[in-house]
Amino acid sequence: MTTPLKTGLMLAGLAIAALGLTVSAPGAARAEDDPIRVGSFLAVTGPASFLGDPELKTLEMYIERINQAGGLNGRMLDLVHYDTAGDANKARTFVKRLLEDDEVDVILGGSTTGTTMAVIPLVERAEVPFISFAGGVSIIDPVKPWVFKTPHTDRMACEKIFEDMRGRGIVRVALISGTGGFGKSMRGECMTVAPRFDIEVVADETYGPGDTDMVAQLTKIKNAEGVEAVVNAGFGQGPAIVTKNFAQLGFEVPLYQSHGVASKKYIELAGDAAEGVRLPAAALLVAEKLPAGDPQRPIVVGYKTSYEAVYGDGSVSTFGGHALDGLMLYKTAVEAAGSAEPAAVRDALESIRGFMGTAGEVTMSADDHLGLGLSAFRMLEIRDGDWTLVD
Amino acid sequence: MAHNVRPSGYSKFAKKQTYTRRMSTRKSRAQMLLSERGGGMASLLLVILVLPLFLANDYHYDVAVNIGINAIVVVGLNLLIGYAGQISLGHAGFFGLGAYTSAVLTAHYGLHGLLALPIGALGVGVLAYAIARPVLRLSGHYLAMATLGVGLIINIIISREAWLTGGPDGMYVPLLEVFGTEVYGGPMWYWIVAATLLLAVWLSLNLIDSPVGRALRGLHGSEVAAQVAGVDTTRYKVMVFVISAVMAAVAGSLAAHFSEFVTPAKADFSHSILFVTMVVLGGMASTFGAVVGAAVLTLLPQFLADFADYEHVILGLIMMTVMIFMPKGLVPTLAALARRGARRTAR
Repeated sequence: MTTPLKTGLMLAGLAIAALGLTVSAPGAARAEDDPIRVGSFLAVTGPASFLGDPELKTLEMYIERINQAGGLNGRMLDLVHYDTAGDANKARTFVKRLLEDDEVDVILGGSTTGTTMAVIPLVERAEVPFISFAGGVSIIDPVKPWVFKTPHTDRMACEKIFEDMRGRGIVRVALISGTGGFGKSMRGECMTVAPRFDIEVVADETYGPGDTDMVAQLTKIKNAEGVEAVVNAGFGQGPAIVTKNFAQLGFEVPLYQSHGVASKKYIELAGDAAEGVRLPAAALLVAEKLPAGDPQRPIVVGYKTSYEAVYGDGSVSTFGGHALDGLMLYKTAVEAAGSAEPAAVRDALESIRGFMGTAGEVTMSADDHLGLGLSAFRMLEIRDGDWTLVD
Repeated sequence: MAHNVRPSGYSKFAKKQTYTRRMSTRKSRAQMLLSERGGGMASLLLVILVLPLFLANDYHYDVAVNIGINAIVVVGLNLLIGYAGQISLGHAGFFGLGAYTSAVLTAHYGLHGLLALPIGALGVGVLAYAIARPVLRLSGHYLAMATLGVGLIINIIISREAWLTGGPDGMYVPLLEVFGTEVYGGPMWYWIVAATLLLAVWLSLNLIDSPVGRALRGLHGSEVAAQVAGVDTTRYKVMVFVISAVMAAVAGSLAAHFSEFVTPAKADFSHSILFVTMVVLGGMASTFGAVVGAAVLTLLPQFLADFADYEHVILGLIMMTVMIFMPKGLVPTLAALARRGARRTAR
């Protein structure tokens, strides 16, 4: 035998051996008191890690709590997690692994809309309940039998803003949005729902993600006829710059921001210019400011205190809250169904009524797999450099 | 006459060479299978045939199919990097473009998947040709920068044109239909990708063994020397660039139908880097090295997934170790070791 074939065969052998290692023994029939296997795929690293990191921390923290309290129906929870780094292709491979190798009973996760959408065909075929933590409305519209989600959608943010405007008698609005994924999606949703609130969009401007000055766009808006309010759909630095330019140009109409800026960072960046700006946000942001009788108060204050006790003051985010809601929805469904059997849990998830989570009150139905009402959002106004509840 | 002497002398020499080669061919006709080319193809075929015995479920098939898809791109890229000595940091752009052409044409315009694939490949080929003419006049860092730019532009277009591509959130791709049946599930995809990979490897080996391949190696060694020897260096560089881009586009189309979903991440910079790393790790100027490089770098993250936080550290360490101790890449180094070992036993 000459050497090339020998080396070829040797490499072939190596390759086979390497792949052989991944093959695990087929899972034996699961006993009733074995742990419930909770599968999760989150963007813990990469550009979307600001979503995945608090989500994973929250899942780990609360699964441990559930286990210490005796588990679900007497069964412990076993978390299997893979990091997708926000890559849809990786998400697909890992979800196959969760379904086929780890044989999980439920899948929680998918930090981004992309990773979630990529795995929907897989979970639908495997018929395993799947609760996503991603924002996109396309995840649950149209409804897919096995797919649920916890966070409010961009459409709801638009609706909340327009509802507030109607309360103030505002009809003619100008829109300025970022061209990034978030701004683009929200702009589209706002355009769709505006007619339902009899809101007329009289100006529609955009800016790029790296832009450092939006005076030109805002000047155009200022010159547009009869603008009664300006809405800014965007994420990150952009909205802070819009807010500053807005103040510099001496606008006399109110400015609305989106839930995309619902963090203290925005107030820091925009400074005094942020005074009087309104935005829809999750209750978690103003946990301690909620009135004592608010049914959501104990949930959000409880989560905030527990999370910040471990990870430090100001570390809590709405994203981790979405993960908590997902886990608790699953817990509620398993307890209601009396088993972790996928089909039973799916039916139980669909019939959840009046569940209170960090995002708001959830009432699922066969054609609503999100179940959040507009009350999920609180309208906030920035006063003296801090959030204040408007309604 | 002086100028008559050279051609006759040359032809005599050439005849002699053909003669000796024919002799050696006859001697080794039976050993054809054992040559670098035949032996390599045979062992690759063997691996592909035997592998399904070890694939227990859809997840294993998924990993195997991903290895195959990456390997197709890397075999093509290896022609460019390993043989022509040109670097491309934008191949994920071509991969993504192939994927999105298939996605958009089948999802929005109802075109048949088998028709969309060649359209994507052709489109990318034409684009690569148009880019290559001016870009391949550059060399070294400039060429790397230019291909990097092309990749980034493709990625930006895909992310921005949301009405067509679904933007950063990606879009669904219909299943591929062949002869009236929908291609779905690991095993079916395994054989499709395996066949395409074999074809890619066969094409690549043939190209390397042809006069084009010799010209390319000359080009890699010294572009000036190759030019002096009468090699049209630009033409060959452009040709290889186009071939490798088309291979990436075909792999992209297959990947789009396989995963039923595409996102701009398919075309992003880090994906390009991953492809280049696969070439370098497996071994430059080794077609089977490219396949091994793709296999190792697709498998490693799966093995390391359980180490979570340390995944990237371990991955980096492994790659550094390989590059420090096996600077020629996995396959050439191991092959040299085996050859030395065989010589020792023979003695």
